[in-house]
Amino acid sequence: MIRFDYARPTDLAEAVREGSGEQVAYLAGGTNLVDLMKENVARPTRVVDITRLPLADIQETEAGGLRLGALATNTETAYDERVRARYPLLSSAILAGATAQLRNAATNGGNINQRTRCYYFYDVGTPCNKRAPGQGCGALGEVNRIHAILGTSPQCIATHPSDMAVALAALKAEVRVTGAEGDRVIPFSDYHRLPSDEPWRDNTLRPGELVTGIDLPPEEFSTNYSYLKLRDRLSYAFALVSVAVAMRLEENRIAEVRIALGGVAHKPWRREEAEDILLGVSPDREAFGRAAEVLLDGAKGQGANDFKIPMARKAIVRALEQAAAGTPQSQTDKRIA
Amino acid sequence: MSGAALSLENDPGPVVASTPIGTVPVAITINGEQHRLSLEPWVTLLDLLRERLHLTGSKKGCDHGQCGACTVLIDGRRMNSCLKLAVTLDGSEITTIEGLGQPGNLHPLQAAFIEHDAFQCGYCTPGQICSAEGLIREGHARTRDEVREQMSGNLCRCGAYTNIADAILEILETEERA
Amino acid sequence: MPDTRHEPIRVGIGTPLDRVDGPDKVTGQAHYAAEYAVPNMLYGVIVSGRIARGRITGIDETAARAVPGVVEVLTHRNRPSTPWLDRNYKDELNIPGDPFRALESEHILFSGQPVALVLAETFEAARFAASLVDVSYEAAAHNIDFEASLAERFLPSKKRNSYHPPKNHGDADAAFAAAELKHEARYHLATEHHNPMEMHATTVDWHGDGTLTVYDKNQGSQGVQSYLCNIFGFSKKELRVVNAFVGGAFGSGLRPQYQVYLAVMAAKHTQRSVRVVMTRQQMFTHAHRPEADYTIRLGAEATGKLTSIDGDATTSTSRFENNMEDIVIWGMINYASPNMKGEYCVAPRDTYTSADMRAPGAATGMTLFEIAMDELAYKAKVDPLDFRLLNYSDIDAMYRTPFTSKALREAYRDGAAAFGWDSRSPEPRSMKEGRELIGWGMATGLWTAEFVKTSAKAKLTADGRLEITSATSDIGTGTGTVLVLVAADTLGLPPDRISVRIGDSDLPHSPVQGGSRAAASGGAAVQLACEAVGKRLLKAAEKVDGQPLHAARSIEDVIFADGRMILKSDPSKAVSCADAMQAAGLEVIEEEQTAQPGLADRISQMTRSRNVHSAVFAEVRVDEELGQIRVTRIVNAVAAGRIINPKTARSQILGGVVMGMGMALHEETLGDNRLGRWMNHNLAEYHIPVNADVHDIQVIFVDEPDPDVTPLGVKGVGEIGIVSTAAAIANAIFHATGQRHRSLPITIDKLIGT
Repeated sequence: MIRFDYARPTDLAEAVREGSGEQVAYLAGGTNLVDLMKENVARPTRVVDITRLPLADIQETEAGGLRLGALATNTETAYDERVRARYPLLSSAILAGATAQLRNAATNGGNINQRTRCYYFYDVGTPCNKRAPGQGCGALGEVNRIHAILGTSPQCIATHPSDMAVALAALKAEVRVTGAEGDRVIPFSDYHRLPSDEPWRDNTLRPGELVTGIDLPPEEFSTNYSYLKLRDRLSYAFALVSVAVAMRLEENRIAEVRIALGGVAHKPWRREEAEDILLGVSPDREAFGRAAEVLLDGAKGQGANDFKIPMARKAIVRALEQAAAGTPQSQTDKRIA
Repeated sequence: MSGAALSLENDPGPVVASTPIGTVPVAITINGEQHRLSLEPWVTLLDLLRERLHLTGSKKGCDHGQCGACTVLIDGRRMNSCLKLAVTLDGSEITTIEGLGQPGNLHPLQAAFIEHDAFQCGYCTPGQICSAEGLIREGHARTRDEVREQMSGNLCRCGAYTNIADAILEILETEERA
Repeated sequence: MPDTRHEPIRVGIGTPLDRVDGPDKVTGQAHYAAEYAVPNMLYGVIVSGRIARGRITGIDETAARAVPGVVEVLTHRNRPSTPWLDRNYKDELNIPGDPFRALESEHILFSGQPVALVLAETFEAARFAASLVDVSYEAAAHNIDFEASLAERFLPSKKRNSYHPPKNHGDADAAFAAAELKHEARYHLATEHHNPMEMHATTVDWHGDGTLTVYDKNQGSQGVQSYLCNIFGFSKKELRVVNAFVGGAFGSGLRPQYQVYLAVMAAKHTQRSVRVVMTRQQMFTHAHRPEADYTIRLGAEATGKLTSIDGDATTSTSRFENNMEDIVIWGMINYASPNMKGEYCVAPRDTYTSADMRAPGAATGMTLFEIAMDELAYKAKVDPLDFRLLNYSDIDAMYRTPFTSKALREAYRDGAAAFGWDSRSPEPRSMKEGRELIGWGMATGLWTAEFVKTSAKAKLTADGRLEITSATSDIGTGTGTVLVLVAADTLGLPPDRISVRIGDSDLPHSPVQGGSRAAASGGAAVQLACEAVGKRLLKAAEKVDGQPLHAARSIEDVIFADGRMILKSDPSKAVSCADAMQAAGLEVIEEEQTAQPGLADRISQMTRSRNVHSAVFAEVRVDEELGQIRVTRIVNAVAAGRIINPKTARSQILGGVVMGMGMALHEETLGDNRLGRWMNHNLAEYHIPVNADVHDIQVIFVDEPDPDVTPLGVKGVGEIGIVSTAAAIANAIFHATGQRHRSLPITIDKLIGT
């Protein structure tokens, strides 16, 4: 960990002022940033501790949705009665991730800003374009069983590791940010980005911008939903593949559906075409299989992660079945219904 | 830049802050005792406890939030102390294993861990017990499956998991009856 | 206080006893190697190298030395001189080859090799400065890929001491060619890292008077003491090694690791106390279980009776040492077959030397063999348990010697009954619940029972308190608690009157703790020491008025119970130990004794085999579509002779089973051969089981009286729990899915299909 200046602003404007400039990092729960600083992957020369900002509330929005404060912890969010009742998909996804200790510390803003778990990104003794532009991608052709199958670039095959973000993508959340140039609202699908030829950029935040909250739209998916996560052990492991499904049925026909994938790309992976082909059809495996094919169109294995393509296809079908049946995946009993 | 050519030549290298860096005053209550400290901002809570305050009950098993051995209660909630910069905890109350109970004055969980032989080498044990205390305070776990899932943030390489679950369930059931 | 009880209450061998160090461990008062408060101490942070093979061409320490608080940066260029000859660096295990010496030269032998040690006044300053040490390299060609290394496999001419060459019988090739049933397949085990929860650490307390205390994580304080004295020129009076609490090791602490070498070097160089703690990433730069390749050929009659066993195995080692394991012998020892042969080689890679990890050899060799046995059982259309009984051998089938005891039949019987094996549906894929296929599998476990020279001291004071001391270690095994029980048993004292001190090179001699030997060996030494104390007590009792025990000619004639000596022939006659000591004017009775195999034992060791056996049963539930495996039940029935402490012994088996689950499903160190580096070098991506993975584990100890195996009839339980657990799980996965997996671990991607 390199040495850095430390500031602990108490209001947003002060935080934004402190946060301007090169190599500044906002610190909230610390569960990812402090880890990365210890690995010398993150090397901020100034750390702005934002934990004292008034951003920890979960509130109703005028639109009839919920605003999750950027500093509300993952635990507070997952167990919030309103979240559980109206957005159980989000609650389930949060509880599928990390551990009780980490969720107690990690914040909503920090969760969506967490960086990839790519082995090479984390190990400064190895090449990585995301960490050090121009070094090349170490994972290409080597140890890449946890890497992306969709939306990769020759520069980077990393995945986004968050579970929560996958549910937020399916719920069509919006990210509220603030910065020197004022406030912005970013649709979730535009928040994270694909690596393209700038793999060091995980998202579309501008330098110095700070997430203040995440808005959940009024549409609630409290009956037909599921978050299905497949991983290398039954808990405390990042997703190899995860699927978030939010669905609304009318007279046993699919009236609305969103499908987002985790563990397969540099961002939560959605394709509206895949969702569209399910609209108006009755929920069955065959239709779900077609949606999976569309979602995974163009998927390409990197060698050790080729298995993710069939795994994702099957997981999509199963998660859709779970959602349609109203039997969402339990995050406690790991039997997959 | 090319995706194929690998090198470590473009590594930007660590950057040393140009501005002078001082210490930050911090007041933290640990196990009921208030500490007024002046700390460099890069000191973690775990290293503060272990190296400066000699409270070595909180263990360093990975230093990256991947094992749970450093679990303490911060304002009543279990967290990994290795991932907390101590300066961010100004005004917080910390409970470590030393604050839960002592030999001769064991916390019920500590007694239950002994009774159920819920440890072997003992290195993950303080973190397990602090985590279990956090789990009980959270109130989200009642069944064995829930306990197993919610204790999964504490690795035990000796493999005492079934005994750990037994010990915690015993305390949970005792509290439920009470 | 007058004692009115007639029936003495005996707590001793066989009594479940809470760990004597439990209160210290659960309250955070137990101090591990990095937890001794030492004044004026420097923190050492190790800089790990980046390349796998080649040499260092330059080190720029300027920036590191400029960090306030940095005192020294040790590299190969400025390190203090150390002896030339390899023999000075040999440790207790004496692995053939050139032992690794940190900072020895510019030569790089493996990725992550320590290239500098930064010493600073605070941990944080050392950590920061370590990141500023700029090392440049000239890389040479390397290989860490095991499959590629097989081309270079060889049988070392100088064998490791512990290596047992297979003993061939008959003509395995001809028998295989002629066999009615044949099975031949290649099996594989991935590289695994020990990953004890405590990272390797050393605190050197430099006393300033020429002496030093080295608090170190290891499995044998005296072995590390000898190693350090040989290298750094201290006498054993000057250099003391303490490993009072060890946060797990599983074999990673059998050899001195490089942090202790660096810490003592730094302390001597700076004349100050030093603490060096490895990072978790650095825990992947030394000991690891070798990767293994094992081709097994089995021939049998149509009934399933084995006619030929043929194994050919290779395990990985480094280029500088030849670590060897016993892989092929286990199936040959366990199963009756007129024809058998085995071959074994090592294959060098550009990594650190592989090392013993829980049940070294057997955890690999017996586990993989038991998968092959399962395959042949299906070919023979015989129930897997019946198949093992059909090929049961009452004698050691390879050495052709009888066992001191072998209650494996009973373990099969009791394990199968507890598991409900009888109600198993034989066909694969025939058991299902909801979406999950259910599979039941079983396997046989095998390990050795050993007894090695160990000393202990017993010190009884007039207040009726007994202290037991021995240099032996407790790496989580419950050694100290076992020694208390043996002492309680021998002298009839309640355990709360007995204290134990272990893990200190100043204490009576003990070898490194490993191989499930400590309870048998340390226990025997404690028993001898306590018997010697008992003899002196009986002698002291002669001074008691009226000589109530005068009829006792030896301690055989009295029972030690409840702090008293009671005449066997007339239990109304008794003398309390305290009274005896007072009458004789004794404040202290202190006796040190050494237990060691005598000539008769050594002859017996050649004519009789000593093994611990187990029968492991596993239930798995597999979501076939998604590949998710849940291990929902394990029954492990163990025949391990006499169990001193059923409570801690059970925990040993539980722990072995959990590590076996990791071996079956999770544990695999992934290497990038282009970089020559392990990549998942952390606990987030090197997966060991978590609590959610572990459901129900039942441990059974079958009755197996064996007065001959070791003095206490103890066989040891540290290793057997892991042996073949992974096979039982792999076999259950086959039974569930019909898919045979011959490469461990069976990760989710292997089941997902296409």
